[in-house]
Amino acid sequence: MAQPLVKKDDDRDEEADYSPFLGIEKGAVLQEARVFNDPQLDARRCSQVITKLLYLLNQGDSFTKVEATEVFFAVTKLFQSKDNGLRRMVYLIIKDLSPSADEVIIVTSSLMKDMNSRTDMYRANAIRVLCRITDGTLLTQIERYLKQAIVDKNPVVASAALVSGIHLLQTTPEIVKRWSNEVQEAVQSRAALVQFHALALLHQIRQNDRLAVSKLVTSLTKGAVRSPLAQCLLIRYTSQVIRETGVNSQTGDRPFYDYLESCLRHKAEMVIFEAAKAITELSNVTTRELTPAITVLQLLLSSSKPVLRFAAVRTLNKVAMTHPMAVTNCNIDMESLISDQNRSIATLAITTLLKTGNESSVDRLMKQITNFMSDIADEFKIVVVEAIRSLCLKFPLKYRSLMNFLSNILREEGGFEYKKAIVDSVVLLIRDIPDAKESGLLHLCEFIEDCEFTYLSTQILHFLGNEGPKTSDPSKYIRYIYNRVILENATVRASAVSTLAKFGALVDSLKPRIFILLRRCLFDNDDEVRDRATLYLNSLGDGSVAETDKDVKEFLFGSLDIPLTNMETTLRNYAQNPTEEPFDINSVPREVKSLPLVEKKAPGKKPTPLGPPPPAPTSASDAYERLLSSIPEFANFGKLFKSSVPVELTEAETEYAVNVVKHIFDHYVVFQYNCTNTIPEQLLENVTVIVDASEAEEFSEVGVKPLKSLPYDTPAQTFVAFERPEGTPAVGKFSNTLRFTVKEVDTSTGEAEDDGVEDEYQLEDFEVVAADYILKVGVSNFRNAWESMDPDTERIDEYGLGPRESLVEAVNAVISLLGLQPCEGTETVPNNSRSHACLLSGVYIGNAKVLVRLSFGMDSSKEVAMKLAVRSDDVNVSEAIHEIVASG
Amino acid sequence: MNLCPAVKNILLLDSEGNRVASKFFTDDWPTNKAKEAFEKAVFTKTQKTNARTEAEITMFEDNIIVYKFVQDLHFFVTGGEDENEMILATVLQGFFDAVAILLRDNVDKREALENLDLILLCIDEIVDGGIILETDASSIASKVSTNSIDSAAPLSEQTLSQALTTAREHLVRSLLQ
Repeated sequence: MAQPLVKKDDDRDEEADYSPFLGIEKGAVLQEARVFNDPQLDARRCSQVITKLLYLLNQGDSFTKVEATEVFFAVTKLFQSKDNGLRRMVYLIIKDLSPSADEVIIVTSSLMKDMNSRTDMYRANAIRVLCRITDGTLLTQIERYLKQAIVDKNPVVASAALVSGIHLLQTTPEIVKRWSNEVQEAVQSRAALVQFHALALLHQIRQNDRLAVSKLVTSLTKGAVRSPLAQCLLIRYTSQVIRETGVNSQTGDRPFYDYLESCLRHKAEMVIFEAAKAITELSNVTTRELTPAITVLQLLLSSSKPVLRFAAVRTLNKVAMTHPMAVTNCNIDMESLISDQNRSIATLAITTLLKTGNESSVDRLMKQITNFMSDIADEFKIVVVEAIRSLCLKFPLKYRSLMNFLSNILREEGGFEYKKAIVDSVVLLIRDIPDAKESGLLHLCEFIEDCEFTYLSTQILHFLGNEGPKTSDPSKYIRYIYNRVILENATVRASAVSTLAKFGALVDSLKPRIFILLRRCLFDNDDEVRDRATLYLNSLGDGSVAETDKDVKEFLFGSLDIPLTNMETTLRNYAQNPTEEPFDINSVPREVKSLPLVEKKAPGKKPTPLGPPPPAPTSASDAYERLLSSIPEFANFGKLFKSSVPVELTEAETEYAVNVVKHIFDHYVVFQYNCTNTIPEQLLENVTVIVDASEAEEFSEVGVKPLKSLPYDTPAQTFVAFERPEGTPAVGKFSNTLRFTVKEVDTSTGEAEDDGVEDEYQLEDFEVVAADYILKVGVSNFRNAWESMDPDTERIDEYGLGPRESLVEAVNAVISLLGLQPCEGTETVPNNSRSHACLLSGVYIGNAKVLVRLSFGMDSSKEVAMKLAVRSDDVNVSEAIHEIVASG
Repeated sequence: MNLCPAVKNILLLDSEGNRVASKFFTDDWPTNKAKEAFEKAVFTKTQKTNARTEAEITMFEDNIIVYKFVQDLHFFVTGGEDENEMILATVLQGFFDAVAILLRDNVDKREALENLDLILLCIDEIVDGGIILETDASSIASKVSTNSIDSAAPLSEQTLSQALTTAREHLVRSLLQ
């Protein structure tokens, strides 16, 4: 007999951990489910069994396929009962069992009957259940009822249909889209929630139609929106419309801003907050627009409800990143939040204050934070550390107190992420604030004396090796480093050996002592440690106090200027094909492989053209090199410097699809035309491209490789080669005409007629630009690379870029003009920023390394100015880069 | 882009972080193990705070979590990091108050488990697949309780009168036949 659901009252007090489901067992409950088959249904008992089943499901017990099917079939019998409560439980469990398609059919008719029942509760729930479990085919059968339900006078029924519509839109959009008229009607409903659900569905149906969304917003912002939830939704749609339309250039007014502002005076807190948040997130929001929103948020800061305080401080925190001045008014309220019971609120308040605070308040803030740090979790601490890091860079004069703070927390307990954040901050301080170097390095040394994280130890050792030798007294670091060799694991020991070698290479007076230490490492029990020690002992010379070779220094300090992924693939290939030859590092391609861009357009919207898919970027350059060297005419052109990405010369879906790839050699340029014939009834023969280079004076045509035959949908190539003055980045514009003999093809037999007709097809022009002569090659550490270049090659100049939409646009324009590789993620410009620094690197034709530093600034009238500093292996190249910008 | 306010999950846990009733509306936590881990993490993170008078709030792994405790029950509503905190708080308040009405203000774990059917129906009436259906506590409670087997009887006594009711139903049925 199954355990009864209810025990007697007096039992309860004795059992502390009483639960009606104590000792519940799946097998027993499944047995109990047999009552569903009784001819005399006991509604109460059935409900209890369903509750038990739901309990099991909710606790994560899973039913096997057979069990689930059995339960499901038994449950369907319960539709015979007229008991409301039982029916409700039946609905619930059907949803939780998520039956398969063939099972769904069993309940469909029962549910459809309920959908048309007089009981509102039945209708509403049957709709929700049926829409949850149904698939597209069934949906067409019930579509009529759903449309009715959307405009049902009972709001619960209407909402159920609308919400189901929102879910179904994901799977069967074509059907739901047919309901727009009904949904439109429901938007006018007097029931607050129906309006909310209808608005959500209507917007989703029309979201790809900007005009319709804009109209919807326009009409509703004037009318009466009843529920706060619908109002919030409308605010979201409004800000979306604002984002897409932009500011009215004549009056400087933003459409719908007045509506957002009026929502700040709404009576519901959620609407007020939604509007304030929307205003702060407007792109390029002005101080005047911000002020009312900030005022509202400031009021929320002193609310008695934690949720309101949290929401307000979190939003202000975000605003402080872009408009710190706008938030300063709230500083007093914010300071009182530092002692807030809710630690999330306190952390947000502190980090906001750190962003908005001025130099004089730093010391006071640090004192408050120190008290607070001990009782918050690591994740909050990381946020604080990051805020302090940016504060240091803002107020370099305050580095002493900030560095002190960092070193204190470095000594305390903490997890890896937290410690890493601190170490990163200290490293950044040392790099950017020269005065902080010595004390910072010592703090790091102390830290690695007792550091449990191998990763951090090795990072610090590496950093110490680069920075330590340049300090006033390098010898004081040796002790810390050598301690690692004695005390730590093999990975750390190996790094310590490298660090010692760096000291030896740079500080001649220390060399003999370093040698003694390195020799001791020869007896280490780890291969890598011994190998490194041997290598360094041999490369550093004989151990006397003498200047180290420049080559050795370069070997020790130079960064590997080869992309690591390329290195990895080449090494793997080398290991797979064993040869006698030693591995040649120059065989590693230097081209940075760009990640394939993710197609943004919805798939299926545009049929893919018949042409060949663009060659996969990973193998493109190799493939091109092989292809070109296989053509005898081009075999003596030398080494391929760069191949451009394909440039389309025809519109999509035209008769012939042609794109061109520009191959740059030292002396020559080869244009590879990839042609595709998209007409099944035609065969093209003797295909060539007639190139008019009259607008490219420095180029002279030297050879053509025609294409014998171009059958339907089989891509093939024809080539044209040009000579140009060696080493110069000659630019010019080329116009192209495709010339060929066309033959009719009988599509049934696939045979072509013998006679053909000469024909021409106009292609679009393309240009050879300066960027074609520049290879994208990244460097791992830009600063080191920059400093290792000869400062005499540096050329600096300033340029006005005129008015621009945003800094992002200006930065991208310059990057694509130069065709260089952005380093260290500097190509991303933070939203709304007024200035930005960008680092670029690459190789110029003639194998000259080029590094570029760009500083952008934007004034209030959107005029962008740029400072361009170039260093390269060759002064002429530096000048050439400036010329590109000056003429671009 | 979906701009509709969305609830990621509704959790009802006991004072040790064990599940009483939970609903997950997104696929962020595909397995029961992941769900339990999330519940435990949320529970541990909020355990030491005092959320008995006012709903409290925190962030966890890009989720906003609003919560409120009563007796040995912990109520949670979570949403994405861009969600309006106050909307989530409204859902929480609706859930919390509706449960109080349904359990006749005897809100504790034992009562919740004994009336688990009501709790599950209650969650079902608040959120459907992440979309907010209703936030007004009395509307939620009335939708749930009109479905209860014998809405006339006080809920707390209903369990005691179960035997009697069953007998009565049997009697009625046999009379009808």
